[in-house]
Amino acid sequence: MCLGVPGKVIEIDGILATVDFWGVRRQIRLDIVDEPVAPGDYVLNHVGYAIRRIPPEDIGETLELYESLLADSTDEDLMAADVRGELAAGEVRK
Amino acid sequence: MIPQEGGFAQMKFRDPARGKALAAELERLAREIGREPITLMHVCGSHEQAIARFGLRATFPPSVDLIMGPGCPVCVTDLPEVDEAVALAKSGVRVATYGDMLKVPGRVFSLADAQSEGAKVDVVYSVSQAVDLARSTDEEVVFFSTGFETTAVATAAVILSPDRPRNFSVLSAHKYILPAMEIVAEIPGTRIEGFLGAGHAAAITGWGIFEPFAAKYGRPVVVAGFEPLDILAGLVKLLEMVRDGRGGVANMYPRCVTKEGNLRAQEQLWRVFETSGGEWRGIAFVPDGNLRIREEFADVDARRRFDIDVTSLWTTAPSELAKDCICGGILSGLASPHDCPMFGKECLPDRPIGACMVSSEGACRIWHQYGGRPDLRTLTPQPPLPSPPSLPHRERGSEQTTEVRV
Repeated sequence: MCLGVPGKVIEIDGILATVDFWGVRRQIRLDIVDEPVAPGDYVLNHVGYAIRRIPPEDIGETLELYESLLADSTDEDLMAADVRGELAAGEVRK
Repeated sequence: MIPQEGGFAQMKFRDPARGKALAAELERLAREIGREPITLMHVCGSHEQAIARFGLRATFPPSVDLIMGPGCPVCVTDLPEVDEAVALAKSGVRVATYGDMLKVPGRVFSLADAQSEGAKVDVVYSVSQAVDLARSTDEEVVFFSTGFETTAVATAAVILSPDRPRNFSVLSAHKYILPAMEIVAEIPGTRIEGFLGAGHAAAITGWGIFEPFAAKYGRPVVVAGFEPLDILAGLVKLLEMVRDGRGGVANMYPRCVTKEGNLRAQEQLWRVFETSGGEWRGIAFVPDGNLRIREEFADVDARRRFDIDVTSLWTTAPSELAKDCICGGILSGLASPHDCPMFGKECLPDRPIGACMVSSEGACRIWHQYGGRPDLRTLTPQPPLPSPPSLPHRERGSEQTTEVRV
C-alpha cells in the first residue's frame, strides 16, 4: 500500500484538488504535498492525499508502470488491486 | 494464481534492451564480487509485488539473493495490537480500517471474526473515509490505522484538521521502518550486505535519514522506485557499492525522492506522532519502531479514550496451526515462504494462518499469487510494446544518481 497512484490535477478548491486518473475523477487532499500545485500538474497520491508533485519531465515514466498494471491485470493481480484501492481512496466528486 | 509468462516478456519494458543491459551489469558485478550468496534486502511490500509480478528474480545472477524484510506494515502489526481493535469492536465501538487488516489474526480472533459475530467493522480506503463515517453517525468511530511513514502522514493530517468530528479517534498501529532495519541488520545469522530503500517512504522522510544507518552498519542503502527498470537500476548501484565495500546512500529514484524529503509532511507527522518501542510480529521488540500519538492529542487517541480490555479475548486457546507459522522468520529475512510446510496447503489467501498470507504486501500472499520464485530464463522475450504518446521522457539511469560517501 505504498505504491500510490499518479493523476492529473484538473481544478483546485482550497485544500481539495479534483484529480483525473485515466478518466476517473476523484477529490484528493493537498494537506501534505510540499510544493504549490496548479491545474495541469501531475501529483502522486496515497490514501487520498497528494504526497508529491511529479516533475513534468518525469511524468511519462511515472505513468508507464501504472498503465501497464491497469491494462493487463486480472482481479487476482495484487499490484493492480492496490492501485485500484488508491483510486477508491479519493473522494467521489460532489 | 496468475499464469507465469517469460521474465523479460512479462516485464513489458518500454526499453527491453535497457532491461537486458541492466541484467548483464548485475551478472558482471556478481562475478566481480565473486562470493555467494550475496544477500540483499528490500523493505517494501510494493517492491516485492513488482519483483514477483514482473518475474525480476529470474533475471538476477544465481548468487544474488534479494529477500524481503519487514516491509509489510500489516504483517508486523503484533497480536496484542490486533486484539485491541478486536476488543474495541466487540465492545460495540465501530471500527474502521484498511482492508488488509480485516483478516489479520490476533492472538485468537481477527476483526473479520468479530464482524461475523455482529461487531461493526468497516473497510475504508482512506482515513478521510473513516472521518466521513464518523460524521454520518453519533456512534464512536475508531480508525485502526496501519502503514509506514507514507501512510501515517495522512492520519496525522486528519488529526491536525480542525473540523474532525468529536466521535472520531485513532488506534495507531503505524510503524517506522528505519529502527526495524537496524534490528534486522543486527540479527545474528543474517548476512545482509546491502538494503534497497522503499521509494515512497523515502519521498516523505528523504534519503538523508539512511546516512547514519549506512555509516553505523557499514552497509549501503540504495533508494529505488517501483518500475522494473527502477528496481534493476537500484540493484546495479547496490552491487557496485557492495563490490567497493562502501557503506553510503545512493538515490536511484530522484524523480520522487530528495535528500530532505517532504518537510511539510514530516512536520505534520512528528507533530502528531512520537516513536515508542514495541513488539513487531515475529521480529523482536523494536525500540522506536512504533508511531504513538502524542499526549497533546490524547482526545483522539483510542488507547487513552477507551479502557481496552484484551484479556477478555484470551479465554480461547489460539489455533494449533498458528504456532507453526514462520511469518516472523520471513519478516526478519531468515526464511522464505517456501520454507513453511503450510504455505499453499493449510495456509491460503482465503483462509490464512499467518499475517504474511493475509496482506497484499505479505511475502507469502505475493508469492502465492504470482507463483513464487519462478525460473523464467528459458522463455523467449516478447517484442517491445509501442511507446506511449508524446509525454516528456528522459533517460533513466546513473546520471541521476546522487551518491554520498559516509
